[in-house]
Amino acid sequence: MCEIGYIFLPKGGFEVQMPEPRSGVLTRKAEIVRRLRAVLPPDAVIDDTAETRAYECDALTAYRCPPLAAVLPSSTEEVAAVLRICHEEGVPVVPRGAGTSLAGGALPTEDCVILGLMRMNDVLEIDLDDRIVRVEAGRTNLSVSGAVEGDDFFYAPDPSSQLACAIGGNIAMNSGGAHCLKYGVTTNNLLGVKMVTMTGEIVEIGGAHLDASGLDLLGVICGSEGQLGVVTEATLRILRKPEGARPVLIAYSSNEVAGACVSDIIKAGVLPVAIEFMDRPCIRACEAFAQAGYPDCEALLIVEVEGSEAEIEEQLGLILQIARAHNPLELREATSEDEAKRIWLGRKSAFGAMGQINDYMCLDGTIPVSELPLVLRRIEELSAQYGLEVANVFHAGDGNMHPLILFDANTPGQLETCEELGAEILKLCVEVGGCLTGEHGVGVEKRDLMGFQYTPVDLEAQMRIKDVFDPQWLLNPAKVFPLDASAPRRAGAV
Amino acid sequence: MTLIPETETALAEAIRETKTPLAVRGGGTRQIGPAVGELLSVKAMSGISTYEPGALTLVAAAGTPIEEIDAALAVDHQQLSFEPMDARKLLGSKGLPTIGGAVAANISGPRRIQAGACRDSVLGVRFVDGTGAVVKNGGRVMKNVTGYDLVKLMAGSYGTLGVLTEVAIKVLPATASRASIEIAGLSDHDAVRAMAKAVGSPFDLTGAAHLPHGANGVPTTVLRIEGLDASVSYRAEKLVELAQGFGDTTLERDPEKVADTWRAIRDVEPFSEILGDVWRLSVRPSQAPDIAARAAGQVIYDWAGGLIWVLVPEGTDLRARLGQFGGYATLVRASPETKSNLGVFHPEPGPLAAIATGLRDKFDPNHILNPGLMG
Repeated sequence: MCEIGYIFLPKGGFEVQMPEPRSGVLTRKAEIVRRLRAVLPPDAVIDDTAETRAYECDALTAYRCPPLAAVLPSSTEEVAAVLRICHEEGVPVVPRGAGTSLAGGALPTEDCVILGLMRMNDVLEIDLDDRIVRVEAGRTNLSVSGAVEGDDFFYAPDPSSQLACAIGGNIAMNSGGAHCLKYGVTTNNLLGVKMVTMTGEIVEIGGAHLDASGLDLLGVICGSEGQLGVVTEATLRILRKPEGARPVLIAYSSNEVAGACVSDIIKAGVLPVAIEFMDRPCIRACEAFAQAGYPDCEALLIVEVEGSEAEIEEQLGLILQIARAHNPLELREATSEDEAKRIWLGRKSAFGAMGQINDYMCLDGTIPVSELPLVLRRIEELSAQYGLEVANVFHAGDGNMHPLILFDANTPGQLETCEELGAEILKLCVEVGGCLTGEHGVGVEKRDLMGFQYTPVDLEAQMRIKDVFDPQWLLNPAKVFPLDASAPRRAGAV
Repeated sequence: MTLIPETETALAEAIRETKTPLAVRGGGTRQIGPAVGELLSVKAMSGISTYEPGALTLVAAAGTPIEEIDAALAVDHQQLSFEPMDARKLLGSKGLPTIGGAVAANISGPRRIQAGACRDSVLGVRFVDGTGAVVKNGGRVMKNVTGYDLVKLMAGSYGTLGVLTEVAIKVLPATASRASIEIAGLSDHDAVRAMAKAVGSPFDLTGAAHLPHGANGVPTTVLRIEGLDASVSYRAEKLVELAQGFGDTTLERDPEKVADTWRAIRDVEPFSEILGDVWRLSVRPSQAPDIAARAAGQVIYDWAGGLIWVLVPEGTDLRARLGQFGGYATLVRASPETKSNLGVFHPEPGPLAAIATGLRDKFDPNHILNPGLMG
């Protein structure tokens, strides 16, 4: 949910291990580009080294590498033509939506072709009776909702990069957002895709009907980080907008109490659309940056409910009753649109605020909600142990943490310390029954931490899927799986 | 002989030692195809290991009866949101439906349109694949994009990729209050239009079904809302207004009666006493009336038209009757001969069938887990 990359470094990047270029690809660049030009319009193939720089990284800006070439197809057929050529030439392909991945999902290798989908952004079909839209994969998340907004419908998953991020990237990363507690993530709102396999075959999976007839291939494609095929069209479920929504702000004197309040709200049978949590370091930074008027306290909750006026009253009544039982320092119910905006103001500017005062690393682990107090306490201890401040802002309702580790990139050694602390926090998330990443994806960023969560057998089972869809491991091959685990496959030995 | 391993380790060992086909069983209440080979039951792997009401999660062994889970959840006023069908009446089967069976078959009830399918509620799985390897995927948290989502792949794979040993499920608060709005006398087309209007309203329906032969033979369209009491009252009023534009409308607020109505729809009860084959069609809702007309059988619409249950005379090749349509037809109830002649699952286009075969070959290279069931 960070607006800025995982590591916000004012300058330069650092090393991440990437595979050796495929043999002969670099030397055959001219021939490969010539073949790509033969199937695409002139302006859709970029191979000039000055211009390929535009594709050298995504929102994980710490890692950069210009690709061999970038292509910008305008149709599924063009995507198929590109993939056929790359398959024949043995060239790795890295699909790219809008390049907003915080995990390096669209990070190139020097031997790869970046397949950018931004020219494919049409709305192909809107059907309010069947509550679906069908769009091309390069369309931005927010403009999907925009296409049906006039009819009071919306597309539910709302990653905070929604203004820029593409649906194709959302599908690759199974993106979430602030409202998942009620509406689910991308996979729960995706009904069908048109996809091109690495061999250039066009397949349609799912459609305007619900659920799969055979194996749920759609379910495994969503979240596969562009490693199984290139999605060019998506059929998405849209929902009617609720009549209204209202947030309430609750301040507590400790993280434990706020965590207990979250748990009690969920237990009580109310299902808010969002429960956001901020701790003191985060509150202070936001307040300094946005002057939202937040109380000075240890922990803040923003709880939002939806419905008609009467329904909002009923739900908030229950929530406030629970909140009061935990002796809040302050309870602030929005009584106007303006007040609602002010409640959200600080939260929405959290990452920007952090970027103002520090370099930071944004983590994305998820934990069982019941472990919130314990995990926050452990993070505090780890923070003291490593000597780096950690600010917490996250989706408490679904346990998706976003600890921000603050550091100074100009102080030698701090980046390394920060990385170590980050790994410790993610380990902690896994230990308490959670996971490494809740919505950003693995990419290259958490690729080498996969062993924390999965055994070699677990990873083997996942890699088998890729073996079936992409036997030569040409699609985005250096992501998700630790390089040593995927090496035999990338070398064609499996 | 039946294999009934008591632990995951024993199950893995049994699979490693087996060279011949195994017919994988949960409670055995929704047998979809012919059982080929030795029976392998997971019923001895049973019990809830974790239930955290404050985190809306429950972890249970695959053989845990659903009624045991329902009972545990009821204590904390929670429920399985995907409302799994009890197939015993329709199929004339005995035994106890298990959570593993429901997940393996991705069984979702009327609430599918609002709360998602069974597969959307499953947060994590453990399973033993056809090589005897124990695999885990997902976890017990609601947001998890760490690696590939094998959870979805396992849900609805009917034991052909592996034998589930444990599932983690997202549960939801049980509905404090509920209501049904019934419209009488609508044609199938009008009913589907009414349901589209209703589920496209801001009133958050958790069910929309149409029974062309409802009580006393009168076509009945039923809409359901659930939630906090005042909210249900408010939305009920709004929906009655909306429904009156289509036909004679009545409101049912008696919770027991509402529950009975929806249990009957969920379990396809009207077809349980009638002989004939039962098909389950997943379709685009707006096309449902035309597809149902082509089916030329008795039908029940659920999921606002997205799901059609069809009853036709034994041996009818419904797929031939329907021709091409966006969606699929599964043969749920028929004689073993008919199932073997027509195939239970809808034939897939070549490239998808090849991928599915490739996946089965990887996870079950010796073809011992429910071989031939899904292709």
